[in-house]
Amino acid sequence: MPRATATRVLQETSFYGAVAFFLVLAAFPFYWMVITSFKSNADLYSVTHIPFWFNDPPTLEHFRYLFDKTLFTTWLLNSLIIGVCVTAITLVTALPGAYSLARMTGRNGEALGIGIFLTYLVPPTLLFLPLSRVIAGLGLQNSMWSLVVVYPTFTIPFCTWLLMGFFKALPVEIEEAAIVDGCSLFGAFVKMAIPLSLPGILTVVIFTFTLTLQEFVYALTFISASDQKPITLGVATDLIRGDIFYWGEIMAGALIASIPVAIAYNLFLDRFISGITGGAVK
Amino acid sequence: MVAIADAVPKPARLAARFRFILDRRDVLGAIMVAPAVLYVLLLVGVPFLMAVYYSLSAYTIYDPSWRFVGLSNFVDIVENPVFRQTLYNTFIFTFGSQTLGLVLGKFGALVLLRPFPGRKLVRALVILPWAVPIALATVAWQWMFDSLYSVINWTLIALGVVSRSDAPNWLGTPHLAMLSVIVVNAWRFFPFAIVIFLAGITAVPQDVLDAATVDGAGFWRRNYQIIMPMILPIVAIGLVFGIVFTFTDLSVVFLMTMGGPVGATSVLGFLGFQTGINSGDVAHGAAISLFMLPVLLVVVVAMLRFIRRREI
Repeated sequence: MPRATATRVLQETSFYGAVAFFLVLAAFPFYWMVITSFKSNADLYSVTHIPFWFNDPPTLEHFRYLFDKTLFTTWLLNSLIIGVCVTAITLVTALPGAYSLARMTGRNGEALGIGIFLTYLVPPTLLFLPLSRVIAGLGLQNSMWSLVVVYPTFTIPFCTWLLMGFFKALPVEIEEAAIVDGCSLFGAFVKMAIPLSLPGILTVVIFTFTLTLQEFVYALTFISASDQKPITLGVATDLIRGDIFYWGEIMAGALIASIPVAIAYNLFLDRFISGITGGAVK
Repeated sequence: MVAIADAVPKPARLAARFRFILDRRDVLGAIMVAPAVLYVLLLVGVPFLMAVYYSLSAYTIYDPSWRFVGLSNFVDIVENPVFRQTLYNTFIFTFGSQTLGLVLGKFGALVLLRPFPGRKLVRALVILPWAVPIALATVAWQWMFDSLYSVINWTLIALGVVSRSDAPNWLGTPHLAMLSVIVVNAWRFFPFAIVIFLAGITAVPQDVLDAATVDGAGFWRRNYQIIMPMILPIVAIGLVFGIVFTFTDLSVVFLMTMGGPVGATSVLGFLGFQTGINSGDVAHGAAISLFMLPVLLVVVVAMLRFIRRREI
């Protein structure tokens, strides 16, 4: 009997040990972000202080500097504008597109849908050279509007695919009934399909927004003017003077930009996964 | 209706005719999908063809000539040892971080599968590396690997593993730098792998597992002979995403090491960026980027085959 208990205790300990391992592995860099962003510089740049907690009292000086002395609020606003515009473009194109592929184009639609989704896999690092020439041709170099033009190239494929799954899951009878009652085909889409797939549309809005926040390569390629940068690019590349990294400010900015994305991902994770695996998991 | 039709006969009839056309499924379907297809064709399809043509031309931003030079750009880059080093690095980087990410993902999924108090919170925190913009997380890692104030080194010194005088310079030593970017990329990828494994494992019907247990299959056997084969398709899709995004990555290397020290962590995406954007040699940059294509094609074909098999 004691031996069985000992084995259980050992099992439980190693299980919670594994939980702790994954927790520390995943979350430590973010803990480090938080600690760094609230530490005073004297505490931060000391090799003798224990780095894991506050040796001097926590301070808001990095956040204050970030908002008062840098373009942080401009970047925040840029990201917001880019996100809203890209979401609008994506919804206007992907909603009817996905509905058409799910309902109206039959077997060809299926193939076309897969084709559109595959373009999501064409990496930015293959397209940034020609696209930077296109952007230059449009006169948008060094402007955040270049990102509004380019970001839909990956949000449209992704969201069309995601919405296609949602429309397919709707019972077709509802739209048929509406058509029998005198609704046009397009009317059935607007009045029946769209209201019924609101959860799907919300998912698409959230993910379009987070995808634009996460993007780095295009922003890095097209924009070098500080006041045009989106928040991710600004925080990662603009808080450095020569060789000096403003670590407190960088971590504070990264923290502020990370929080909304982290929350959104956790809320919509399951839908994201069923979208990305093409409904292979129910 | 009749009165209105009498008063304005022509536009009404035209409108009726137009409505009739719009009520044809194939016509309306084509109109509705057109914007999405056009957008993708114009800004993915056309640029892709442009990239192919650039790689066969003498195009630079200083001399935008479209002069056709055949395969000479490709010959140039293949003969360049820096490029060969980069190609090798890219494979190491991809293979290393995907393997590490998958192993961590598999064990993470096993841990998170069992109910325990606070599991939801743990899951939410474990997802973070994948959710948070990679550029920002990479900067946090760069700070953790700092040559002077590295928290990792501080811990190693405090534990007595290394002494302060020969603490590792993570991003300044070739092999350690490669290890660092691999670890960061695996760290970014493993929550995604966990989620994919979890989605697959929970989709395995319980009665199959019960039957196997009754027939005497233990924990490991159930794991590797029942669950693994059943979730393989889903894992394959996850791996496709992982490989594509790692093989073509630029952000991690750009922010952490700038391809250094002396090219030890330079990967294809980074070299393409350096050559094509920073040096303005668009033709050679495009040729370097196009080296990603064969790998992407293999991966995409595998994915297409999988999707087709699932539908039958």
